[in-house]
Amino acid sequence: MKLRTALIRTGASLGAIVFSLGLSAIVLLMVDVSPTEAFGEMLRYGARVDSMISIINRAVPLYLSAIAVAVGFQMGLFNIGVEGQYRIATLVAAWFGAQLALPGVLHVLAIMLMAMLVGAAWASIAAVLKAFRGVHEVISTIMLNFISTGLGAWLLAEHFREEVEGSLTIATGELAPSARMPSLNPVLTTLGVEVPSGSDLQSFVFVAILAGVVYYLLVWRSRFGYDLRAFGANPGAAAASGVDLKRMVLLTMAISGGFAGLVMIGPVLGFYGRYTTDIPIGLGFTGIAVALVGRNRPVQMALAALLFAFLNRSAQILDFRGIPKEIEVIISGIIILAVVIANELARRVVQAQEVREAAARTATDQEEVSA
Amino acid sequence: MRIKRSTTLLCAGLAASLVLAACGDADEPADEPADVEEPAEEPEDVEEPADEPEDVEEPADEPVDDPAADDGEQVAVGLVYDIGGRGDLSFNDAAAAGLDQAEAEFDLDTTELEPSEGGENRDELLRLVSGEGVDLVFAVGFAFEEGLGSTAPDFPDVNYGLIDGFLPDLDADSNVVALGFAEHEGSFLVGAAAALKTENNRVGFIGGVEIPLIERFEAGFIAGVEAVDPDIEIDRAYISQPPDFGGFTDPAAGREIATGMYGNGADIVYHAAGGSGAGLFEAAREHSESTGDKVWAIGVDSDQYLTADEELQEYILTSMLKRVDVAVYETIVAQVEGRFEGGYRAFDLETDGVGYATSGGFIDDIVDELEELKAQVIAGDIVVPDAM
Repeated sequence: MKLRTALIRTGASLGAIVFSLGLSAIVLLMVDVSPTEAFGEMLRYGARVDSMISIINRAVPLYLSAIAVAVGFQMGLFNIGVEGQYRIATLVAAWFGAQLALPGVLHVLAIMLMAMLVGAAWASIAAVLKAFRGVHEVISTIMLNFISTGLGAWLLAEHFREEVEGSLTIATGELAPSARMPSLNPVLTTLGVEVPSGSDLQSFVFVAILAGVVYYLLVWRSRFGYDLRAFGANPGAAAASGVDLKRMVLLTMAISGGFAGLVMIGPVLGFYGRYTTDIPIGLGFTGIAVALVGRNRPVQMALAALLFAFLNRSAQILDFRGIPKEIEVIISGIIILAVVIANELARRVVQAQEVREAAARTATDQEEVSA
Repeated sequence: MRIKRSTTLLCAGLAASLVLAACGDADEPADEPADVEEPAEEPEDVEEPADEPEDVEEPADEPVDDPAADDGEQVAVGLVYDIGGRGDLSFNDAAAAGLDQAEAEFDLDTTELEPSEGGENRDELLRLVSGEGVDLVFAVGFAFEEGLGSTAPDFPDVNYGLIDGFLPDLDADSNVVALGFAEHEGSFLVGAAAALKTENNRVGFIGGVEIPLIERFEAGFIAGVEAVDPDIEIDRAYISQPPDFGGFTDPAAGREIATGMYGNGADIVYHAAGGSGAGLFEAAREHSESTGDKVWAIGVDSDQYLTADEELQEYILTSMLKRVDVAVYETIVAQVEGRFEGGYRAFDLETDGVGYATSGGFIDDIVDELEELKAQVIAGDIVVPDAM
């Protein structure tokens, strides 16, 4: 029975993606672009080695962001503030790392820990407001995003900035080599993959995998996770059974913020080597989409992150071929909507089936009793 | 259960709108492939008097004398814009104008790219275009510094023009030329123009994003105002703070701030806010029409009088010209003629790399005074500060 449910759910997701591609093809036809050419170019370009590496590197922040969002989703808590949490955490952690002199692994760990602490602390502001003042977390986290940007800009400009003669970039000091995470290119080379220059598979991908495992254990294999899901399924029943709402809100937001803090640490340790204003923004929002498409499940979210990363990367080639690259935005948007709708439909189908089966079971039981 | 379902759907809608909104602005600037304005093929055979000697519609203002492109070898030029891209009517468009001008005169194969809204793929685009067999690539904006620093050494056969940016240790043999502008000097002159023209003794400055580059415009503008009359009040505001670069592409915010400044008594407002400046022009018109008191706006980068809608032109006093078009054009000419040189090139008042526009004739009465100030800056009698 489990298998059948899984099949329905997977089929719904895949069907939604195929449906989205079909719809996107129609959109392309409407603007006189051959869908086969557009998708073909994207596939060909996306399958290049440097593209694959870039897709994995791009997927890592998306995945971490999705996990941060998903932790909250599990108990029906909407952390829209992942954006602000990772921005402030990245800045503070990068600055902190530049002040430190520690041996390799410790240096990296200290930066990660700092990022998680700052992310958790920032998210906790919204948690405290919700737990003790009843402020809805959607409102407070969105507001805190703006505050985070402003605070970060001030911290960077007034306190953390290290000026480089002649340059107009605003950045923190350069991280010492001990704080850099190594590239995985040597591993790829030994595996016989020829890595084009300029591409670096960042080893932070392991941190993302570990985060996925931790997320799984936390939500499905711990007492906390049980309470979390119980609360998400039925807050009233959970409260009646003795789950402390305030404690749950505080803990969940802190954990969510902790994951959020890690979102951009990979690129900082593996690529930028400092915090600069070039560091991408908006990942907190894309993470929401990834969590939705991945249905808050660790493996599915990873696949969704890779899918979004693929679309994002492969769309770059389109401008070269005279195809408007904005179709990527259209495809992503359609996928998000289609998958959410398909998931809801699948959920109803599964539920109806469960009801039928339960009814059948009850009927048999009654027959047995009467017999 | 019921609550959960509706909130899930609510959240889905919210997420979708956030994601879509985040990407929404990007499609405004037309991303037409560059060959739209491809002009007549052989514009450079001027000495060929056979058929139709007068090329009447020749658009280029400076015909180039016999470029080395005669051998028919096409030069491939890539141009990676900063956020906003072609169509921002400001900074990026100035670069595009330089490209268009060169394209009209030489046989070029051009590729134009624009990073995504968050700008996270700047470096990848630079690398991508470099690998596509181009001869010369422009990185339009200082945000490309980092990416160019790592990309340029990997493509020794490609030359690069970095606009606004700075890379250390460049020399004539480098494949990078850093094209820098003295925005503070140009801003100084429009600041002086504002001070000479204001009737309320109150002017304003709107910056797109509070970064050192834009503070340079601000510093120059303030110095220009104060050089004329230190008692004039100056309202200052920035639209966004880094790393949020949305302040360059947010006309609604530009309009809101400008409306506030005009309402506060400022009668001339200068912007250094890229695409957001369009909102300033709108605000100037609205304020003038609704109150009957004429107020002015000052444009930036391009001569914005020429690109603005007709009903907005009468409110654009002047524009601070940052001749990104000249920098792009001249670098392409150097490439075509085989004399590209790496290093640093400064575009300032002395080289006419920055300046002010006189379109519309609104400042004709003060041009003499501005020219005098300009001469003093060039002579070094006035040193314009380049930072706040």
